[in-house]
Amino acid sequence: MPKKRDAKKINFTSIAEVPTMPMSLGSMLWNKTGTWRNIRPEIKLEDCIQCGICWKFCPDMSILIENEWPVVDYDFCKGCGICAEECPAKCIVMVEERK
Amino acid sequence: MIEIRFHGRGGQGTVVASKILADALAQEDNYVQAYPEFGVERRGSPVVAFIRIDSKPIYDKSRIYAPDHVVVVDPTLVEAIDVTEGLKDGGWIIINSDKKPGEFAFPSKFKVATVNATEIAVRNKLGSLAAPIVNTAIVGVVTRILGLTKLDSLLKAVGDAISIKPENNKTAASEAYEQAGDYC
Amino acid sequence: MKKVIMGNHALSYGAMLARSQVIAAYPITPQTQVVELLSEMCADGTLDAKFIKVESEHSAMAACIGASAAGARAFTATSAQGLALMHEMLHWAAGERVPVVMGNVNRAMAPGWTIWADQNDSLSQRDTGWMQYYCASNQEVVDTVLQAFKVSEALSIPSMVILDAFALSHTYEVVDIPEAAKVDAYLPPFRPLYKLTPSDPRAFGGLTSPEHYMELRYKLQKDMEKAPALIEATGREFEKIFGRYLGLVDPYLCEDAEIILVTSGTAGYTARVAVDAMRAAGTKVGNLRIKVFRPFPFEAVRKYTAAAKKIAVVDRNISYGHHGIFSQELKSAVYGHADGKPVFGFIAGLGGRDITPASFKEVVDYAIAHEQPEAEIVWIGAKI
Ligand code: SF4
Ligand code: SF4
Repeated sequence: MPKKRDAKKINFTSIAEVPTMPMSLGSMLWNKTGTWRNIRPEIKLEDCIQCGICWKFCPDMSILIENEWPVVDYDFCKGCGICAEECPAKCIVMVEERK
Repeated sequence: MIEIRFHGRGGQGTVVASKILADALAQEDNYVQAYPEFGVERRGSPVVAFIRIDSKPIYDKSRIYAPDHVVVVDPTLVEAIDVTEGLKDGGWIIINSDKKPGEFAFPSKFKVATVNATEIAVRNKLGSLAAPIVNTAIVGVVTRILGLTKLDSLLKAVGDAISIKPENNKTAASEAYEQAGDYC
Repeated sequence: MKKVIMGNHALSYGAMLARSQVIAAYPITPQTQVVELLSEMCADGTLDAKFIKVESEHSAMAACIGASAAGARAFTATSAQGLALMHEMLHWAAGERVPVVMGNVNRAMAPGWTIWADQNDSLSQRDTGWMQYYCASNQEVVDTVLQAFKVSEALSIPSMVILDAFALSHTYEVVDIPEAAKVDAYLPPFRPLYKLTPSDPRAFGGLTSPEHYMELRYKLQKDMEKAPALIEATGREFEKIFGRYLGLVDPYLCEDAEIILVTSGTAGYTARVAVDAMRAAGTKVGNLRIKVFRPFPFEAVRKYTAAAKKIAVVDRNISYGHHGIFSQELKSAVYGHADGKPVFGFIAGLGGRDITPASFKEVVDYAIAHEQPEAEIVWIGAKI
């Protein structure tokens, strides 16, 4: 099982905690963009050649590499389909999101 | 404070002349301010450059309307424009020309000097007769007539500013400086 | 070392002496020589910096923001329409708190197409969160670039060093070029608190919800409020090393003046010549040249205008439908502090029209002749 990223919402209680610049405030950790998805990528690992192209191309860093295998992080994957398009082994398929 | 206006044509190095003069003056601990006409210069069109010289810091950043002296780098400009506009009484009109001062019809309240800077430049292989590079000869003349700096300071400024044929340019400046001695 | 240089090259020397590490710029009249000289310095090794050629001013600022976020000292320069094109990125730089320093040559905004001086280009960027320094001499330009980097890096706020088109940009003056070793002592290398680096990955400028945005802006304002004291302190430090003080304002004969001229840019120096002449004729007039416009030097302005009977602000800019911008700021600075003393607002020198000692004489004569201004704007030198 892939490790879930820590998705705790950050709330500052005093101005002292606020960084100087808008920087890694954690907004993207609590903003679980996985709910935006209406199609989902599924990886057929039996055909995967472990090239890492899906990991590199995913604009949302939602392909995690666990023990050298690609795993989709569905908490954040928006279902854009870029990984499926780029996979040279054509082993990622986009399927209708289950209701 | 002394204010001088240079008249030339775009491409003749009129602005460079005022800059070299400024360099020479700065070496002798003067305050200087030199600037071109604030506009869009084109090759061949009449251009103007200005210089202010003082022993104290120069705070006036407005343009020069009433120069103490004018320098005419291109003799054809004497016909084309009024080079005496705003010129103070008693001011020098220094012209690059093969004519004698008396051949120009300027009011007698101005002093006129002519030096053939074009001939000096061409003889020192600075440009061609059609497009002579006269700026170093011109600053030689101006420096001498107005008694602005020592020849050494001028030659150092010429050497620092000009990377093409520096020796020829220094010779041109010295020759012009010598010739202008007639007016001193 | 004393050198005769043009104002544009004064910016280049400032950026070079500051050991800028990334320079990204796009040429525009009358700023072009700034980047020309810097690109030559990068090519011949005088300056060890990455020179990035870009396709627009917007990209130039974007490149500087990226470079600064990655921990590099970044410099650019522009003017007028170029600055306007950068506008979005100016907010970005200040919001992301990157201490980029930019030279801006004050040129009037087109149309009518123009290349001549006025301040509407930089003053239109007033509310972007940048500090703004208005210079009056080429010496001040070189020196201010160094100070601007020091203050910017201490506060994580970008700075604009501003000089008038032609009257400084193309004017040669004698400049005492600061010695490199002394500059290094004054301005140590840029060491940001946070930077883009793979060893400590962070994202900058990401989505900021209403829970966080306001505090970030509060911090920017609080740091901006620290700037006046820091500018004075770094100005004194500069004076110790180089013998020239760099302050928020430049007062001239203000102590006993009945009328204070408030000026900026090169006109602020021309005004001194007029003040000398008027003093010689018996008029008690002084000149307060505003050097730093953002943060606005409220305290200094109140202090130097306190004893005067009248304040006469000369603006080389206009906020259409309101009035001169320095004049607005002056009124807000002395509000509640001036015992109802009149602030006269004059507009002069738009689009490169010359501002001469005679212009200031006209201003002072008007202020003497009127108890109160007859209008919010009194136009000087306009054919109206
Ligand atoms: S569908 Fe898009 S967001 Fe989801 S893993 Fe693939 S590339 Fe990433
Ligand atoms: S791109 Fe396709 S083949 Fe390559 S690692 Fe990803 S799933 Fe496997």
